[in-house]
Amino acid sequence: MPHDHHDHLSPSGHPYRPDQDGPLTYWQAMEIAIRELMVEKGIVTAAQVREQIDAMDARSPAQGAAFVARFWTDPAFRDLALRDGSNACAEMGFEVGPMRLIALENTSRLHNVVVCTLCSCYPRNLLGLPPDWYKSRAYRSRTVREPRKVLAEFGTILPEGVELRVHDSTADMRYIVVPRRPDGTDGWQPDRLAKLVTRDSMIGVAEALPATEAPA
Amino acid sequence: MADFAPGARVRVKAMMPPGHVRTPGYLRGRVGEVERVLGPFPNPEQLAYRRKGDPLDLYRVRFPLGDLWDRDDADTLEAEIYAHWLEPA
Repeated sequence: MPHDHHDHLSPSGHPYRPDQDGPLTYWQAMEIAIRELMVEKGIVTAAQVREQIDAMDARSPAQGAAFVARFWTDPAFRDLALRDGSNACAEMGFEVGPMRLIALENTSRLHNVVVCTLCSCYPRNLLGLPPDWYKSRAYRSRTVREPRKVLAEFGTILPEGVELRVHDSTADMRYIVVPRRPDGTDGWQPDRLAKLVTRDSMIGVAEALPATEAPA
Repeated sequence: MADFAPGARVRVKAMMPPGHVRTPGYLRGRVGEVERVLGPFPNPEQLAYRRKGDPLDLYRVRFPLGDLWDRDDADTLEAEIYAHWLEPA
């Protein structure tokens, strides 16, 4: 076993999450109390609450990937997305959400990365639930201070001469990074291109997958 | 009519009001350039206390990263700052 001497790690090498045996926090107790009251009063049913949780969990970065693939292949859509990201979402038939969307296009001279230092704002309608690291204090504080080091830790080494632009999602906008279209994908249809567009590439901590790594 | 046009140089006011604000501390007192004008949006500092939010212009402001951390650095940072936090620079 590779982790014999690290029994706080799971077989896959990740730390176990400690059991949550402590008392409820104020807000946890409040959430349970309000939820139970609303169910008792017939405002919502327990099944509706469960369905909403299911709907949240079911969101994935697939819509974001479809957005990027169309951006790469449809110049009129690209123009619309850069001018008004929310309208571009609506045009694709995606839920726009309460916040407005800004699309940030990576180029050979400019790389964009998104962070929310104040909390964890994230375009959930397009990308699903944010990864845990996106919400960590380390990512939130370091990405505005030493973004090149943070990107390097994700395996993204930006060459000198490429400007890195950090977007702090402080208010009413949500951001999707449009990564650079991988080489060797000329003539690919949007469905095939979308498979190269990872969640992390739309946050800006990674590039899209190379054409040779397209999942089957 | 927005107070600042794209390209205008603006300073984030170095104030420290109590309560819910959406202007990060590390940008207060710093000078940047308006990238685009958005809004109006209801003032989140009022919404946070369940008051009606007065409409405010929202600016995306671009800062040289080096200016924020007092070092040589050609990279940039953009953030959304509400009108009442900005003054001409």
